[in-house]
Amino acid sequence: MDPAGTRPGAIRPDDHACGPLDGPPVVLYGDATCPRCQDATRFLRAAPVRLVWRHLVLRARGPRPRALAGALEAAARQDAFWPFLDRLLADPGRQDDPDLWALARELGLDVERFERDRRDEAATARIDADLADGLSAGASGTPAIVVAGGVDHGIPDEAWIQALLAERAT
Amino acid sequence: MAIIAAGTPVPEITLKREDGSDLTQDDLRGRTTVLVFYPFAFSPVCTDQLQVYEELLPELAEQNAVMYGVSTDASWSQTAFKEKLGITIEQLSDFEPKGAASKALGAYFEPAGMTNRALIVVGPDGTVAWSHLAASPGDLPGVDKVREGLAAVAA
Repeated sequence: MDPAGTRPGAIRPDDHACGPLDGPPVVLYGDATCPRCQDATRFLRAAPVRLVWRHLVLRARGPRPRALAGALEAAARQDAFWPFLDRLLADPGRQDDPDLWALARELGLDVERFERDRRDEAATARIDADLADGLSAGASGTPAIVVAGGVDHGIPDEAWIQALLAERAT
Repeated sequence: MAIIAAGTPVPEITLKREDGSDLTQDDLRGRTTVLVFYPFAFSPVCTDQLQVYEELLPELAEQNAVMYGVSTDASWSQTAFKEKLGITIEQLSDFEPKGAASKALGAYFEPAGMTNRALIVVGPDGTVAWSHLAASPGDLPGVDKVREGLAAVAA
């Protein structure tokens, strides 16, 4: 383990993490607008892994990936990162600002705070730091999934999970 | 086909720039050049790679380095691809004679008749400073590989 989170793919204390604490760490660098990231995340949410989401927001993809990453950071400050991400992934056709406000309301968030937080310096810094981390970890697209053995760019499936668990057992 | 090795001067090559002019080995002198060879415009895998590399451009500029995408697609296709991706990385076409420059640099994948997935970093002196050929065309080198190549110039 790497409690300080200094290795690529190691979980940091401030990460957005879910899943069993003793599951193998899986760090997904993603963009919530990217259909492959959506598929990968939906699958990994139900897998026996300790899943971490970090943002891989590419300028070339326009403003929406950053807007969604900011919204997720704002939701996180109200302890709603994963519910927010789950809802975004469940209905990927609704990702415009009014949809984000509606979603924040549905989740019982303070919408004014959410709106303020999603554009502030801390959110921007976090998104930029995640991108820098992802690039250093060898991301060459989204999703970039970092596990102990390296970085993958496919969509995980059951065989991938079994291989991960088997590798950990050895 | 082995990729051109570090320490080798770039041989005579001619690639088409987006404006239709030629880019030759002489145009690579005076600053560091990163040549990114990718198999096909509009293939899903190449799409991600160039969007990720776009993030590296400010870092390249700081090091007086320029990046080009290279494929055997015609310039028109490359330009449409670039616009679709929302990137600014200039594209060089190795269309006619097909793949001639890529072959001269060892970055051509004969079995499929396409540019291979490769990176070549040329120093300001026109000599190859570093090169990388992916294990397979579907194997994408990350930004960390480009940085490794830039470090070879600085070394």
